[in-house]
Formats: sequence, structure tokens, C-alpha cells
Amino acid sequence: MASVPITIQIISLLSALLFLLFIFRLIVKGKLREEYSILWIVCTVILIIFSIWRKGLEQISLALGVFYPPSLIFLGAIFAIIIFLVHLSVVVSRQQNQIKVLTQEVALLRNELKNRHVINEPEASGASPSAALTN
Amino acid sequence: MTPQPHILVIVPCYNEQGAIANVVHELTAVRDREGYALDILVVNDCSTDNSLTIIRSLPCSYLNLPVNLGIGGAMHSGYRYAYQNGYDIAVQMDGDGQHPANELPAVLRPIFQQEADVSIGSRFISREGFQSSFSRRLGIQYFRWLNQLLIGETVHDSTSGFRAFNRRTIEIVNRYYPDEYPEPESIVQFGLQGLRIREVPVRMRNREEGVSSINTSRALYYMLKVSLGIVFMYFRLNNKRHR
Repeated sequence: MASVPITIQIISLLSALLFLLFIFRLIVKGKLREEYSILWIVCTVILIIFSIWRKGLEQISLALGVFYPPSLIFLGAIFAIIIFLVHLSVVVSRQQNQIKVLTQEVALLRNELKNRHVINEPEASGASPSAALTN
Repeated sequence: MTPQPHILVIVPCYNEQGAIANVVHELTAVRDREGYALDILVVNDCSTDNSLTIIRSLPCSYLNLPVNLGIGGAMHSGYRYAYQNGYDIAVQMDGDGQHPANELPAVLRPIFQQEADVSIGSRFISREGFQSSFSRRLGIQYFRWLNQLLIGETVHDSTSGFRAFNRRTIEIVNRYYPDEYPEPESIVQFGLQGLRIREVPVRMRNREEGVSSINTSRALYYMLKVSLGIVFMYFRLNNKRHR
């Protein structure tokens, strides 16, 4: 590989910046929590670095003894994706646990309220009991 | 323990509109006959049929879960209720009528006599009544072997959901109770916590209404999930014990 053509370099740089902008917008709008955005920001920064540092990928591949530089990209990308998926499974498991505890707490509180005759019909959605959730 | 221990019978109910009323009525009959200080708590696990309306008309307390949690989560909320309200004994009894209330005294006896912390009604000791299908018995045999291996305790009917716990066990299951298919998993939990498990022979009926929560296509998933649950429960509690 002699050198990366300039057009593809510009395209990758632009798309990486656009992606970064997209992530920032999601955070600002409150649709993405900061802790989950860290990985995406790091990924984009790496993309930008390699868009600018043209020989970087080849030099690192050479240093690691990888003959075909793109395969290094795939290796790194797949690795990152797997780690992130595991992380998401952990998050989902934690949330499932939290939902379970909350559901049980709601059922127990409904029972309590019914016994104190605060509410008659537990599933009356209009009645929002002012029971403070204490830890 | 007071001379007359307070008993809570927890009946998990998911779409059991045809059977739940009978289960509760049988229980009240047994209570009146035996003179137990017994309360009934039906846990409605977000049923999609008429169960809730029926439960409301029955002479029992109930918890109404706003989200379907499965049998483990439903039972756990019942145990939390038993713990918070200071019950001495908690009993689990299925809402489909498989567990005859007449067998309740037999299941309670080891707890009354303080011979056991956990009493499990087993249909395989005297081999009377409904015995379940061949493949299911094979699976139960496998769990028996797994329990023997891990906690050195022989529990013949580890999938039985007809059980009684004393206060010590209630305190433990108040803190943690397995999620999805809790019965075999909780036996390993009890064994590793050093609880005394006792099995008593009971007769079970074939279900009156509804279908089993475990059909053939789910059987494999069930075995895998429960095996994993048991093995990881073993490692988790063993680590805690040695620390």
C-alpha cells in the first residue's frame, strides 16, 4: 500500500466528525447518558486520528507483524464491539434486577395503601399515591 | 416462637381464573378444621385473564404485581411480605390446584416440630398420586443428582413448589430468591446456607386448569437455565462462605 488517497481521507474525517456531532446532540437532548457515550467518543477520536495520521495504520500493522493492515481494523473493531455488547448485557441485567425490586415494592405499597383504605381500586391509574420511595 | 405460629400461605397466580378460587376455599377449609393462625396471600403476577377480579372477591389478601415477574419474582414478593409482616412460617402453594390443601398439615409438621428449616412436599417418596411425565421425571432425576453433587443432600422432588419455610428461612429468602425457575436453584441456596431441608411425602393432583409453564420446546432452555443458575449459585455462596 503506497498511501491512502486524499479523497477517502477527507470522507472518513468528515464522517467521523459528523458521528461525533451526532453523539453530542444525543447527550445534549438527554437521549444518551454520558457514561455510555464515552466509548463512542473514544472510537470516534481513534477514527479521526487515523484519518489524519495517514501512515499510522501501516506503521502499527508493521510493528505488530500484521501483513494486511485492514485486518487489524477488523480485529480491533470486532473486539471493541464484543466488549461493548457484554457491557450492555450487564446493564440490561442490572436494570432487570432494579425493575424486579421496584415491581415488588409497588405491589407491597399498593397492598399497604389498600389496607389503610387510601385507595380502593389498586389499578385506578388516576390515584398517584404520594408515598415517598425510601431506600 | 409463639405457641400458635402465624402462617402465611403464598399462592402465586398467573392466569389461573379456573382454579384459584378453589385453591383458596380449600385452604380456608383446612384452616378452620385445623385451627391454624393462617393468612392467605395470592400474588397475582400480572395475569391477563379474569384472575384479579376473582382474587378480589376471595377471602384472602393479595399482591398485584404491575409487571409480570415470573414465578420466582412473584414468590419473592410474597416472602418479602411475610418477612415485613412478621410471619413465623411461610408456605408456597401453587395456584393451579396441583397441591391439595389437605396435605398442608403434613408439610407443616417438620416446621412445627422444629426438625427442619425448609419442608418440601414430595410426590416421589411414597409414589402416590400424580407422578408427572417420563421426561419430566428424568429432568428431576438430573437435578437430584446435581444437588447431591453440590450440597450432598438428596432432594427427591426438587421442582416441587409445595414448601414451608420457618422464620430463619424467610429471612434468607427475603434478601435473595432466584428469579425465573426458582425451585431447584433455591435448594442449593438453602443447602449452602446450612438450612435443614426435610422432604415429606404428599399426593399431588394433575392440574385442574391451565397448562404447565414448561412445555417441550422450553424444556431444554429450562434445563440449561436452571443448571447455570445452580452452578453459579454454588460458586457465589461458596465464595461468601470462605471469605
